Amino acid sequence: MSAHLMSLHRCCQRSALLLVARRPWSSSSASPPPLHTRLLLFLTQRFYDMEMLLSWSSQLKRRVIQRKNAYYSYAQRFHGSDIAAAYYVLNLKGGFRFVGLSAWFRANHRGKFNWDFLNHKDTPLEEVDMSYSVINYTGLVNLEGQRSLRTLSFRGCPEVDDWFLAKLHMFQDSLEELDISHCPRITTGGLAALRNLKGLRRLDISSLPGISSPGLIIILLEEMLPQCQITASGYNLSLSQEEKMEQMQEQRKGQS
Amino acid sequence: MLACRRLHANVRTARGLLSSGPVTGQHPGPRGSTVPRQSLHTGSSLRNDFYKDLEAQLAAVRKKAAEALPGSGWSPFELNPDLPPERADIVIVGGGVVGWSIAYWLKQKERVQGEVKVVVVEKDPTYTQASTVLSAGGIRQQFSLPENILLSLASADFMRNVNEHLGVMNEDPVDLQFNHSGYLFLASEKAAHIMEQNYSTQRYAGAKVSLLSPTQLKEKFPWINSDGVALASYGLENEGWFDPWTLLNAFRKKAISMGVIQCCGEVTDFKYTVNVATTPEGENVALKRIKSVKVQMPNSLEYQPVECAIVVNAAGAFSSKLAQMMGIGSGPKGTMAGTPLPVEPRKRFVYVFHCPDGPGLDTPFLVDYSGVYFRREGLGGNYIAGASPDEAEEPDISNLDVDHSFFEEKIWPPLAHRVPAFEKLKVTSAWAGFYDYNTFDQNGIIGIHPLVNNMYLATGFSGHGLQHSPAVGRAVAELILDGGFKTLDLSGFNFKRILNQEPMLERNIV
Ligand SMILES: Cc1cc2nc3c(=O)[nH]c(=O)nc-3n(C[C@H](O)[C@H](O)[C@H](O)COP(=O)(O)OP(=O)(O)OC[C@H]3O[C@@H](n4cnc5c(N)ncnc54)[C@H](O)[C@@H]3O)c2cc1C
Repeated sequence: MSAHLMSLHRCCQRSALLLVARRPWSSSSASPPPLHTRLLLFLTQRFYDMEMLLSWSSQLKRRVIQRKNAYYSYAQRFHGSDIAAAYYVLNLKGGFRFVGLSAWFRANHRGKFNWDFLNHKDTPLEEVDMSYSVINYTGLVNLEGQRSLRTLSFRGCPEVDDWFLAKLHMFQDSLEELDISHCPRITTGGLAALRNLKGLRRLDISSLPGISSPGLIIILLEEMLPQCQITASGYNLSLSQEEKMEQMQEQRKGQS
Repeated sequence: MLACRRLHANVRTARGLLSSGPVTGQHPGPRGSTVPRQSLHTGSSLRNDFYKDLEAQLAAVRKKAAEALPGSGWSPFELNPDLPPERADIVIVGGGVVGWSIAYWLKQKERVQGEVKVVVVEKDPTYTQASTVLSAGGIRQQFSLPENILLSLASADFMRNVNEHLGVMNEDPVDLQFNHSGYLFLASEKAAHIMEQNYSTQRYAGAKVSLLSPTQLKEKFPWINSDGVALASYGLENEGWFDPWTLLNAFRKKAISMGVIQCCGEVTDFKYTVNVATTPEGENVALKRIKSVKVQMPNSLEYQPVECAIVVNAAGAFSSKLAQMMGIGSGPKGTMAGTPLPVEPRKRFVYVFHCPDGPGLDTPFLVDYSGVYFRREGLGGNYIAGASPDEAEEPDISNLDVDHSFFEEKIWPPLAHRVPAFEKLKVTSAWAGFYDYNTFDQNGIIGIHPLVNNMYLATGFSGHGLQHSPAVGRAVAELILDGGFKTLDLSGFNFKRILNQEPMLERNIV
């Protein structure tokens, strides 16, 4: 009786498995060993397959971002660092303005852009708008040579993180305006790195989901960059007000 | 990219086919899609509860029968389930950040999954005495030796991409709570030329450091009293502090997820074979080879010998005790066998204090030429400070008690001199930890011991082991699996320098 049931059970299982074994994502179907070893192999590896798939897809995504942010050495060598920087900005669907020119060069939403910028060889960039682009830490090297950059916007950039902010010190002599609002990966630890940007006049840190106690942070930032006007909207200020009070009370306790 | 999308679509259809119930308790994957995880037999719609019950009963019967068979693992005595395995390829002694980093990198570098069987033995899973969790958590590039600078750069790079290295599927991403606040070293007239030399070494190695005159210093940090400062060097990138616990845990979790076996117990002895060889100078030396490691279980007399091919000594401040078990340092003085591992525990105090008027968000990790250091801790006006005592006044190391007079006498005066706001402060707590102090030259000792040809050393980091752990782990894994350093040449840090009395002196020791 039980043996009979067992075979039935196995049969059911096998039919279920067969359905699966036809899926092209099985890694074990490449070589043709007998069916049952194949199934066994498949069973043991099935779980890893899913994990592998997931990790592959995120790896692939990472690689695409990394490729977009590669160092434009070819453009650097043949057109100089200014054109390379401009080309990089446009490729990431950003926009920029050359020093001494009023017109902005921008890529349209499909990533197409006008090649006229090639006519402005050796003109540094003054304003760069990279908002909602995939610029990251490695991509920033393409802007490294820009000594006249006054305005930078990284609003809503998913790859901008604390390490990125720490690298912005390379613009410390010229940068006056910085927009890092809506960047999901920025935390308090990165905002401390803005201390090097002593020439900053305007800073937008609105809606950063990664920072805790924004009220206190705004005060500390104002203290650290006294010349700078700080915009910080999108925070529940009543809450941060409360936190501020708590903080002050704590400080008083510490003093007494 | 396209192929990848198609695969995803397939996964989705597969879910529709296989599982009838909703998928619960899962985090969405990186692309926001959930993926079926349950095994096939809960999902098949062809079966009903009757078969399920039957199956469970049958499984129970089968299990009982198998257990009763002679030659099975079953015995009437209960075995300790935490015992380490009887055999392993590599045993890492010490589950601090260095030990777990090595374990991770060994797994990372293996070519086939499960190629090397790695066991990490840690005597104290709560880490009450481990240096890792008692450290100040700082990382800097401002060293005088190129090796140390490169180790820091490589480790910073690792931490920047920490989630690519240590992210575990279906777990929250690792957040090291890195504070990008930089280190600020102050030099007096006497040491300014050394600072300049160090600066050029650091720039040459690729570190982003800048020199500040006293005026520039005052301009940048108005809260500093620049009296007596001749030169300052200030790190712009890759410097700051982070949470040591998070790094240790991330290494541990990732390594375990990759198949490293964690075991709680103390290594108390080794079994080894001895071969006598003669050096060209005519000296007879005993070459040893470890056969097995004796792991004593906590709070019991039970122990387990673990046969292994390679042992890694990453026991931090107490690594020389392990070396002694192998007879290292017990031979006649002046011979190879008589040279001990020069690593000893040195107690260092860290004081937490509160000062509401102290410096703010721009506070770096400041290291004064008096040896006193401090940094910010959180945002609420809290700071931590410490200093290394004079060689002659090393505190007793039998416990981790804190000497509060040390703060009053040695730390506060120079601290308040440097930052006048600190004249008014209140110490709120304090702790002590052991430096894994290398008395020979205050640098790590990395590589094989010349007399024990399967014991690798990774110890003696003297107050900068935490920040170097990612790169050191990679280096040791390369030594073991590739037979030599591949990415960073750390051969200068091997044990031979101690035998040859050629110190690699690091001048920036905090
Ligand atoms: C106060 C203080 C401040 C510091 N600040 C910094 C800093 O700012 N930056 C920095 O980079 N570094 C710092 N350090 C140094 C750093 O903490 C150490 O260099 C580093 O943690 C060493 O790691 P480890 O894994 O080798 O040692 P540990 O973390 O000590 O780990 C060794 C482990 O081995 C175990 N063990 C020992 N013997 C045995 C045995 N026989 N069997 C089984 N297990 C055993 C121990 O229980 C321990 O858990 C500081 C240290 C101290 C004390």
